[in-house]
Amino acid sequence: MKFAVPLVLFAALAGLLAAGLRRDPHLVPSPLIDKPAPAFHLARLDEPSRAFSPQELLGKVWLLNTWASWCVSCRQEHPLLMALSKAEVVPIYGLNYKDNRADALEWLSQMGNPYVLNVQDINGRVGIDYGVYGVPETYLIDKAGVIRYKQIGPLTLESLEKTILPIVGNLNDELAK
Amino acid sequence: MRSLLLFLVLLSNPSGDSDLEHRVMTLSQQFRCLVCQNETIADSHADLAADLRQQIREQMIAGRTDAEITTFLSDRYGDFVLYRPRVSPRTYALWFGPFAMLAAGLFALYLFLKSRLWTLNRRTLSADENRKADAILQFSSNPNVAVYRDQFAEIESDFRIGVIVQEEYERDRVDLKRRLLEEEISKQAPKTPERLLNNSRG
Repeated sequence: MKFAVPLVLFAALAGLLAAGLRRDPHLVPSPLIDKPAPAFHLARLDEPSRAFSPQELLGKVWLLNTWASWCVSCRQEHPLLMALSKAEVVPIYGLNYKDNRADALEWLSQMGNPYVLNVQDINGRVGIDYGVYGVPETYLIDKAGVIRYKQIGPLTLESLEKTILPIVGNLNDELAK
Repeated sequence: MRSLLLFLVLLSNPSGDSDLEHRVMTLSQQFRCLVCQNETIADSHADLAADLRQQIREQMIAGRTDAEITTFLSDRYGDFVLYRPRVSPRTYALWFGPFAMLAAGLFALYLFLKSRLWTLNRRTLSADENRKADAILQFSSNPNVAVYRDQFAEIESDFRIGVIVQEEYERDRVDLKRRLLEEEISKQAPKTPERLLNNSRG
């Protein structure tokens, strides 16, 4: 009985620390969830003379995928993006982050282009507005232009099936505000 | 030589404005780099940290205050970037938890010392208390005191046959006498007619 109190306290502390060990410190929750997607006006990758702004997609549910040709994990998620674009469930727009235009175009011609279109964020300014801290990151944006989900790191089959596609389904049923 | 020095200074200060650079570095020391999470934005060599320092620099030139820049960063990257988290209900445990634990520890220490002092006090009796207890044992007609006499006899025989050692024997006797005194005293407290009657008879 005399040892019960310290024992229980120790068990509680050990449990707390064990729970802390299981969490991935690299997953920083984004404060932008349920906030309007930051506006931008950037040159398109295919035709730099034309610009694109997310305003044009109001009324649509879409994915904004940040990527770069120098990014290793982007190579890993690329086949999934290709499959997703073929399935035509949700349009994918690309934010080509701090990349070189020639390298990016080369990448798309070699590996396939899953994007409706890409914009160039050459100095990473728009990336900062979106809280990007490591490509790839993918944002799910609803009909009202609000960020509803953020995938940090490469997309996986699991994250698509369990999280992103169900949310896309719900959002498509919503009426645009 | 002088021009080399000037060149080096300019190299380390791209803007050439050392006051501004000082302000940029001081403020960026308060932000956590998201790529190398145990480094500040001032110290990190990550690309993102350099970009963020540049952002901070430009915003300072544009006349923004440190508080505005802090909000700019936490709006985008969350409170996680702040090495000095804001005081809010979510961070109360962080800010005040250690003080609460210190207070709880001091309180526990106080309780422990108090109970130890109390036990130590119990272990000795003043000569007066001793005499009084002996008198009660010897002369009281109270049936409860008879129970105490039996207990004293038991301690005595335990000691004689070696079940308890001298030290235990003495401690038990003191404890018993103290309990006896406490019981007698608590009985004295309310002066009931019965009590007065007993006195006049004795």
